[in-house]
Amino acid sequence: MSKIVSLREAIAENVHDGDTLALEGFTHLIPFAAGHEVIRQRRRNLSLVRMTPDLIYDQMIGMGCATRLTFSWGGNPGAGSLFRFRDAIENDWPHSLQIEERSHADIASAYVAGAANLPFSVMRGYTGSDLPKYNDRIRFITCPFTDERLAATPSIRPDVTVIHAQKADRQGNVLLWGILGVQKEAALAAKRVVVTVEEIVDDLRAPPNACVLPQWVVSAVSVVPGGAFPSYALDYYDRDNRFYKAWNNIARERDTFLAWMQRHIVQTADFAEFRRTLGNGGREDQHT
Amino acid sequence: MTADAYSTSEMMTVAAARRLRDGAACFVGIGLPSTAANLARLTHAPHVSLIYESGAIGAKPSVLPLSIGDGELATSADTVVSTPEIFRYYLQGGRIDVGFLGAAQIDRFANINTTVIGSYRKPKTRLPGAGGAPEIAALAREVLIIMQQSARSFVENVDFVTSAGFLDGGDARERAGLPGNGPAAVITDLCILEPDPATRELTVASIHPGVERAAIDAATGWPVRYVSRLRTTDPPSNRELATLRELLRRTAAAHGTGEES
Repeated sequence: MSKIVSLREAIAENVHDGDTLALEGFTHLIPFAAGHEVIRQRRRNLSLVRMTPDLIYDQMIGMGCATRLTFSWGGNPGAGSLFRFRDAIENDWPHSLQIEERSHADIASAYVAGAANLPFSVMRGYTGSDLPKYNDRIRFITCPFTDERLAATPSIRPDVTVIHAQKADRQGNVLLWGILGVQKEAALAAKRVVVTVEEIVDDLRAPPNACVLPQWVVSAVSVVPGGAFPSYALDYYDRDNRFYKAWNNIARERDTFLAWMQRHIVQTADFAEFRRTLGNGGREDQHT
Repeated sequence: MTADAYSTSEMMTVAAARRLRDGAACFVGIGLPSTAANLARLTHAPHVSLIYESGAIGAKPSVLPLSIGDGELATSADTVVSTPEIFRYYLQGGRIDVGFLGAAQIDRFANINTTVIGSYRKPKTRLPGAGGAPEIAALAREVLIIMQQSARSFVENVDFVTSAGFLDGGDARERAGLPGNGPAAVITDLCILEPDPATRELTVASIHPGVERAAIDAATGWPVRYVSRLRTTDPPSNRELATLRELLRRTAAAHGTGEES
């Protein structure tokens, strides 16, 4: 059976209510199209994981998809705040959001541990920080060999990891390059892996040591050109900084946020139609 | 603006840039630290290696990145490694000389807060959170902090210690077992503060030209002390100013805005 399916099928098959779901991409290759599809299919009670919950998690949280969030930095990179994320934490809107807050180094290590089938990650971290006071899953252990005190945190093993990549071949082998973030580790730590790609090619022509996910660790691959917009895909398109700035005005108030989500996500069939509703070649420069 | 007139924000960026020595491996935060670190690279420190937590090592961007993972950081870098690698091998591995950070709030012992204003459970303002800062502040050999100074941001005690400075002062940092030496300087739009060698309290070491002590007192949430041999910061040189302005002009043109700083 082919792994290459529509994004609608990929999400319907692999992402279920109540799942622990990680969408990764560190500023680069953020899987926006897949996040939109999760919203369209009205998934609920998700435990979301992401180092940098940015606009896509603002959208998912504001639309009520999540009851839990594990993260390490929640902002609109270069542009400001995440108003829906903040409204959920500060005012329980649209409902309460339980947060598990960690650091970048920790979450990165926790995916490594998850991919390595270990129950916890060990690191030099958190000493002197208040984070362990508020997150009792950050603990300290003593090294059995040197007696050093080290931080231990639970590994992250999502039910589903979703990433965006530049290319896949027809068998579903996936190639990504540029800023890689934690995508390889997050994918290998997960039970199921959904990948959206810019294009399908006959031959990846990947150099040795390139970041390739072999097809047998991938559950589904969907072709979604531009699927990381408004973030970027190196060698395909640039980050749309105007969209990131415009998001502040869209998301600041609940009613403008909901109206925007209805018009552009809920009432559109897919990512291509979403891009068309933005007009101007899919660039968002309206200031609502 | 005439050639020799400059803003307080330009003075801050220039003073911060000067603290970065040529050849250092510097882990850079986005925003003001990135501006200062790139100014250093374009002036006195051409051999500095700028490292961004997105995995770019030796980044040489022609314009300032708007985000920590802008494409030019990757394409201009010596290499790009994964996020686990940058944190585990380079930072935790002890290979970073300088961590260059910003903050929303700082206290008299240079502990920094980027998590919440108010209580953690019911915050008045929810800030972005830790990101890479706790481990950068802990593990880099030294830390430089650049931020605007005001009584709201320079407080006696931070609402939340996201990243450790000198904790309760004195030898508290060493006793806690933090590997790096901690903050070496806090560079603001008014002055440069450095930790007292014994108490580790942030103390004014250099005042920017034209700034009154009263202004620094008013912008500090504790009774701030001054070193006995107080210096006046050298004003920005023509080269520093021209390089900074050209960098900001290129950046504004590239990002399609006129408001970057």
